[in-house]
Amino acid sequence: MIRVELLKLARRPRSWVAIALLCLLPIVVAIFVAVTHVAPPPGQGPALLSAVLSSGSLFPAAALAIVLPVFLPISVAVVAGDAIAGEASSGMLRYLLARPVGRTRLLVAKLVALIAYVLVAVVAVAVTSYVTGILLFGDKPPAALSSGSLSTSGVIANSLSGTGMTPADVLLRTAGAVAFIAVSMLGVGAIALFLSTLTDSALGAALGALAALIASGVLVALNSAASISPYLPTRYWLSWIDFFRQPILWRDIDRGFAIQAVYVVVFLGAAWANFASKDVTS
Amino acid sequence: MIVTTGLTKRFGQVLAVDQVDLQVSEGDRYGFLGPNGSGKTTVVRMLLGLVYPTGGAIEVLGVPVPRQVSAVLPRIGALIEAPSAYGHLSGRANLMLIDAAGPRPRGGRSGRRRRVAEALERVGLGGVDDRAVRKYSLGMRQRLGLAAALLRSPRLLVLDEPTNGLDPQGIREIRSLLVELNAAGTTIFLSSHQLSEVEQLCTRIGVVDRGRLVLQDDLAALRGPTGRVLVRSPDAGQAAALLGGRVVYRDDDRLIVADADVAQVNAQLVDAGMRVTEIGPERRSLEDLVLSVTGSGSDRFGRPAARSAGAPGSQALVADGHRAASDADAGGSSQ
Repeated sequence: MIRVELLKLARRPRSWVAIALLCLLPIVVAIFVAVTHVAPPPGQGPALLSAVLSSGSLFPAAALAIVLPVFLPISVAVVAGDAIAGEASSGMLRYLLARPVGRTRLLVAKLVALIAYVLVAVVAVAVTSYVTGILLFGDKPPAALSSGSLSTSGVIANSLSGTGMTPADVLLRTAGAVAFIAVSMLGVGAIALFLSTLTDSALGAALGALAALIASGVLVALNSAASISPYLPTRYWLSWIDFFRQPILWRDIDRGFAIQAVYVVVFLGAAWANFASKDVTS
Repeated sequence: MIVTTGLTKRFGQVLAVDQVDLQVSEGDRYGFLGPNGSGKTTVVRMLLGLVYPTGGAIEVLGVPVPRQVSAVLPRIGALIEAPSAYGHLSGRANLMLIDAAGPRPRGGRSGRRRRVAEALERVGLGGVDDRAVRKYSLGMRQRLGLAAALLRSPRLLVLDEPTNGLDPQGIREIRSLLVELNAAGTTIFLSSHQLSEVEQLCTRIGVVDRGRLVLQDDLAALRGPTGRVLVRSPDAGQAAALLGGRVVYRDDDRLIVADADVAQVNAQLVDAGMRVTEIGPERRSLEDLVLSVTGSGSDRFGRPAARSAGAPGSQALVADGHRAASDADAGGSSQ
């Protein structure tokens, strides 16, 4: 069943269009920056973008920062929201279950397909932006961010005063960031998957998950909500930047992984409980 | 094959299925009839483990459902309400995906292409090109849905309106396919509100109305002679006078006579010099039977005044049913 789900996702033109668009946006940004040599001042605009002018090999990180806040969650929410609700509205859910595909099996297959999609999307962005970065900005070894100037409130005070990073170092750190972002997206995916078992409308499930993210973003930015902010899904989203500090700051990264794990477990559990006991009337 | 006892389903406040005891035996061609919204589809979905019953028990092929439904589903082919497919893929690709989903089939993965080709051939889509299902006509979709149901040579076929959207030739083709499958040992459970379809195909019927099973019997028994004789004569007035109190109904040149002996009635009329254009035992049509045990469907929301206006209409239908069986058949197949 997992194979079938992967095949279905791969045969769907929409999946590839979404990934292509995700890859395209950082390329457009890179071309503008390369042509004008006007990068946002440190601390403003997408994280690390100002550092890119000095070395193209940091561009994958900047590219991930560009797509992370909006575009990546949208595409993940669309795919995850479509998982069960899409089958229900196309009328295929009843035929799959009568095949029979066990309900738990179907959900697991959908989840695996979702994870694969997230990984392909994030890696595709990283690879295309690496190539773009090297072509447009050269591959001088970059400097890491200094740990002294960090702020964890989401706005990064960039500084290039740190020690230099070797290419292997950059690769490892980028891989870490890719993994972190992929896991962060699974939290969104789990929420959308849960909503997808509640409704027969794929659009409703995707928008519901995005609404949850926007609400979380608003609350994270709100000082008076500071007491709950450590438990919000988007709170540690930007902590992957800590992979590019010298030394790497693991505190927020660990917390980010942990909070996403909690969201994934809770919402997948809810999705399973709801779907396994639900009357399929679509 | 299918046994349900006290099967009940409640959706919130609505009692959709109420104490249904179905009995479908091996080799039956069972017609499951009822007005729209009477609970047919809910019953079908419960048989397939899609909807969980509120009360009662289901046994399909001797296996309790929904508890062990996954053990029995591989031997069931189903067409549930409308056929569905992934619109952006071809019919063949759809069947490949459906075949790959679920437990490993008997022929293994290598037999997939062959199985799919066979199923397409059976339903008359053997030569179909690679166009996407999105561009299929309704009839082609219906055939594709049937092909999906036939993929694994099931022992039980559960079909909901399988000839929906087909033209008369297509309907006949599918009907003979079903008869052929049935002869080869497949039990057929056909849920429909098209009486003619059921009348021409099924050997046994169950009628459900407002969630209750109101009738279940062999079609032949139900449609047996009613013990009355149907007479058509240009001299109907004189004939009625001659037969006296035995005439229970007269409508222009048609008479219904309460007498089981057709030959005797005929002889009596001819002896008296009356012309007889048609005479034979009266049989109840399926339409007649079903309408007599069911109310109007749940898609009808007439106001009380409109309802009384509708009543003579249904009366007329019942009266219309007093035709000879051959007559009703001819009327049915023209649909």
